[in-house]
Amino acid sequence: MELVCPAGNLPALKAAVDNGADAVYMGFRDDTNARHFAGLNFNHNKAELGIDYAHDRGARVFVAINTFPQPSGWKRWQAAVDSAADLGVDVLIVADIGVMDYARERWPDLTLHLSVQGSATTHEAIRFYSEAFGIRRAVLPRVLSMKQVEQVINESPVEIEVFGFGSLCVMVEGRCLLSSYVTGRSPNTFGACSPGSHVRWEETPTALESRLNGVLIDRYERDEPAGYPTLCKGRFQVGGHTFYALEEPTSLNTLPILPELKRMGVAAIKVEGRQRSPAYVAKVTRVLRAAIDACNLDPDGFTPDAAWLKELETVSEGVQTTLGALHRPWQ
Amino acid sequence: MPIKRPRLALGPLSYFWTEEQLLEFYQQIADSPVDIVYLGETICSKRRSLDSDQWLTLGRTLQEAGKEVVLSTLTLIEAGSELGALHRLCQSDEFLIEANDLAAVQLLKGKSFVAGPATNIYNQRTLSFLTKMGMRRWVPSVELGHEPLVDLQENRPEGVETELLVWGRLPLAYSARCYTARAHNLPKDDCQLRCLDYPDGMLLSTREEKPFLTINGIQTQSALTQNLSHQFDNLCQLGVDVLRISPQSRGTLKVIDLFDDLRNQRTTVEEVAAWVAKLAPLGSCDGYWHGEAGMEKHLEQIEGASS
Repeated sequence: MELVCPAGNLPALKAAVDNGADAVYMGFRDDTNARHFAGLNFNHNKAELGIDYAHDRGARVFVAINTFPQPSGWKRWQAAVDSAADLGVDVLIVADIGVMDYARERWPDLTLHLSVQGSATTHEAIRFYSEAFGIRRAVLPRVLSMKQVEQVINESPVEIEVFGFGSLCVMVEGRCLLSSYVTGRSPNTFGACSPGSHVRWEETPTALESRLNGVLIDRYERDEPAGYPTLCKGRFQVGGHTFYALEEPTSLNTLPILPELKRMGVAAIKVEGRQRSPAYVAKVTRVLRAAIDACNLDPDGFTPDAAWLKELETVSEGVQTTLGALHRPWQ
Repeated sequence: MPIKRPRLALGPLSYFWTEEQLLEFYQQIADSPVDIVYLGETICSKRRSLDSDQWLTLGRTLQEAGKEVVLSTLTLIEAGSELGALHRLCQSDEFLIEANDLAAVQLLKGKSFVAGPATNIYNQRTLSFLTKMGMRRWVPSVELGHEPLVDLQENRPEGVETELLVWGRLPLAYSARCYTARAHNLPKDDCQLRCLDYPDGMLLSTREEKPFLTINGIQTQSALTQNLSHQFDNLCQLGVDVLRISPQSRGTLKVIDLFDDLRNQRTTVEEVAAWVAKLAPLGSCDGYWHGEAGMEKHLEQIEGASS
């Protein structure tokens, strides 16, 4: 299983490569990728340095161009594809049919992976992208159970990458417009969810309130730890009760099921977090590297080392980690 | 160039109704001025008030009443059984199919199809590619506003129609998790079909009791209803071929009648906008159309004019 790690900037890229990533993924400094945050990502010069650094050490470089261009922005996406090809990256991670069509025509030798933003949850959807654009790998949305992941792998014409660790989207990626409903900016159109530009913290006499474009996402009592107001992770009222109506702030951690993922034929494990610090990337990459190596050596005897789990817990969002949809015994 | 009178479509029902509710509703739709009716379950495969044969029978009845019938596919396909049902649906040649996932597009290869709003068509190149694959009508992502639509309409490939959601709650997200079951502290596999109790979904409010979203099983919708009635002239000038109205348990027929009056010039845009707004259970919005947050509202003045 290939270990694919996030590179939000050059120091993070180096941290990933130095700690054993087989591949790193990055984006350019604009809305052509789904982590379009201030101060993040690569300009041409930095990308060149990063690619050289990774290639010199035997790691592959993927570039995410995985948002959906509208007519007025089309040229920017086209330029991003051309730029990635010129830079000699190993893989483009793409989601939009138009962008794939362009890349396939202009750069027929460039390897394409279907982004998680492409929302492909079945082998038939993957087959569409494979037949139409020759994609070589698909990243699955974080909504499938183990059994469903296995079904996809068994029938898929291309290899499958799954998320192994990091923040958890509870909605199908590529099909969540909650952020633009509230702020006008969504992962699909702008490359960001619940953007910081629209976040406001308000101190009241008894509580701390987080708002997104004026909408109250959560309210924290004095002794409660406050989290970033990602809008699906707030507390809301439904049927007279106030609770995490959509998603609790937890992180995905697949360490306990690595042997199972390997047995099913998962080709790559992806770590989420291009927005996280180089220290986070170093730590998570180091643990995942050790775990995957141990799993490869002796899949049957594999148990996650307590020290690994402890180390991952220190960097998780919220207080707990889960297997997400993967643990579901049912459909 | 003469401006074409748009056709009216009733989008697929997004909620879970009983067999009786469904049959009664579509019987009324048969007599309504709507031109196109989308049928089928697009949200959750556990919702089986009608089986596939009953949907087909209903389709035939509506066809006999002069409607164009389109069968809509499930939007999020996870289980093998769901993929199997999709296979069977896409094999049928009786009705046009609305693909709400690329798996459906793949299975409809060589046939005509409609691309639903979750297929993520945002640009000219995607539009052209899918048209070559057999797409004959597309429903833009609800995020797409007026400005990109102008561009896309100008460069639209020959032979493909554009259908726009002009009235209804906005479909915003899909998940593996069922929020209705979660709100009842039930696991999804033992949801007790609670969606049946909420013919227009469950309201999710903020902690200051402001209506925010609608929970509808695995789908999340806006609490507000998108209302583009006041953009009618604009839509006609843009050459939007079909106006989509999304069903709700009350007032749908009245909404259809109002839009029918509008396209037949029996009334004014201002009057319709004001009337139709009263039928939105928790108020309306039109922000996406203006390239802003979807929940924003520009039509206040128009709505206020006649009320």
